[in-house]
Amino acid sequence: MKIAVCIKQVPDTEAKIRIRADGRSIEEAGVNFVVSPYDEYAVEEALRLKEKQGGEVVAFTVGDERAATALRTVLAMGADSAVHLKDAAFEGSDALGISRILAAALRKTPFDLILFGKQGVGTDQGQVGPRVAELLDLPHVSVVVSLTVDAGRLTAEREIEGALEIVESPLPAVVTAQKGLNEPRYASLKGILAAKKKEIRTFTLSDLGLEPSSVGAAGAREIWEKLEVPPSRGAGKILKDMEPAAAARELVRLLREEAKVL
Amino acid sequence: MPKDVLVFVESRAGQVKQPSLQALSEGRRVADGLGAKLRALLIGSRVEPLASELAAQGPDSVLLAEHRLLEHYQAEAFAAVLAEAVQTTASEYAFLPATAMGRDLAPRAAARLDAGLASDCTHVEVSGGELRVKRPVYSGKAVATVRFSGSPSFATLRPNAFPVASAPRTPSIEKLAVDLQESRIRARTTGIKASEAGEIDVAEAAIVVSGGRAMKGPENFALIRSLAEALGGAMGASRAAVDAGWVGHQYQVGQTGKVVSPTLYIACGISGAIQHLAGMSTSKVIVAINKDAEAPIFKLADYGIVGDLYEILPKLTEEVRRMKGQ
Repeated sequence: MKIAVCIKQVPDTEAKIRIRADGRSIEEAGVNFVVSPYDEYAVEEALRLKEKQGGEVVAFTVGDERAATALRTVLAMGADSAVHLKDAAFEGSDALGISRILAAALRKTPFDLILFGKQGVGTDQGQVGPRVAELLDLPHVSVVVSLTVDAGRLTAEREIEGALEIVESPLPAVVTAQKGLNEPRYASLKGILAAKKKEIRTFTLSDLGLEPSSVGAAGAREIWEKLEVPPSRGAGKILKDMEPAAAARELVRLLREEAKVL
Repeated sequence: MPKDVLVFVESRAGQVKQPSLQALSEGRRVADGLGAKLRALLIGSRVEPLASELAAQGPDSVLLAEHRLLEHYQAEAFAAVLAEAVQTTASEYAFLPATAMGRDLAPRAAARLDAGLASDCTHVEVSGGELRVKRPVYSGKAVATVRFSGSPSFATLRPNAFPVASAPRTPSIEKLAVDLQESRIRARTTGIKASEAGEIDVAEAAIVVSGGRAMKGPENFALIRSLAEALGGAMGASRAAVDAGWVGHQYQVGQTGKVVSPTLYIACGISGAIQHLAGMSTSKVIVAINKDAEAPIFKLADYGIVGDLYEILPKLTEEVRRMKGQ
């Protein structure tokens, strides 16, 4: 089985976020960049499927030079090869642009299964998986916590409010991974060493046959006009050194009479 | 040209839920701001009876897309119907609730129209005939203001971040022609497994009570559950409690869990790691109960009690029950 895994490099979730003077982007100096956590579930699932059923796992990312380190991480986990979609024209792409770039790259080779994280941590849009599925005219199942693949079909459990939906689909298909799908492995030392010898191919705008106006800032339909620190909440009323019963009574009174939420 | 607004109204098992009414209300407000029409779109096998339930939120018309193949939610078919409805009505903006269904459907439908989409918005502004939305990013450490280029544009609206306002109107009812081929519907829902019988999902609840590391084990979550039940809310948990295996990950609130925006969020024994704050910082009122007066959660809390949650929670549950009894 041929499996593609599309990943995104994102700021470490623990990173302190500072906004640049342009008021539209974040200061990247001093920020540690990692593979988006949901993408790790996708990578792990791809590796498990390959270990059980044989085949090949190819990792894809759209990003600048730095994003190559994310591909190395995935190669160290066990992916066979990687594709780096890199071009100055890709910069400033929104979810639509990223999806067009990935879809163009994925069209070059047929895959049985294309995996994504359910969303990139940080921007948290959760768009690229379903968008790529639509662009490639493939079925998709998003926010998946359980996946079995057998005889050209998949059965997935996807998380909805208060329940799990069981979805069946023929392959090829797109699946986006949610926490709970598996427990991602760490790269072993052997894996890290092996990753150095694995191939990362680079495709540019012209390799993909894309129009410059369809991607990057030029093709963006969603424009981040401003990025700001959220308004701080006023100082709260904190009840200290009170008997539990009295504190509970006072809290209920405040919630009812002052906050008016009960 | 008027910039009309279309709102996808989600129905499951013949019911319209709150997040859709919230999106519809916001749609009304935006359409008024733009001097435009508001249309509600219902998709299903038989959704006509639901149309009257939408009148209170004031759509100018309710569009019905009915077909036997639309009985259960299915991304490919629903995306095709939604995209076509947006096109045939020449709508400028399409809103969906940022529910499991809305978040699955919106990107697929937007892709069909090469449209922009802003996910999980918490504010929508109209000024000078243009729309701007705000959405929390980077775990709530920043808020992005987004504007759209081109037409149409999509937005999903975070449940509970928008009020349901009364603006009654008598909408016209229009049936849309739906042409679907069975062979084009590939991924299909074949069943549903309820996670816990009768429980309200944490992402939908207006009140959420969450437990963290200080719960020490699965058995103590009974305290959280009792308070949540007394308040008519849902139980949640921090990542520490989920990773320790005390409760299932469907309860997890935070960056790798669910993002919630309830009217009231009560954090019990949760210190307030960034990853947790990412999932609840847009709650309307935040309450923290923690032994450690220095816990970061108190910086965000509107109200708090410094003390032992094992003593406080039973009293609080009792107090809520007494109040509700009155």
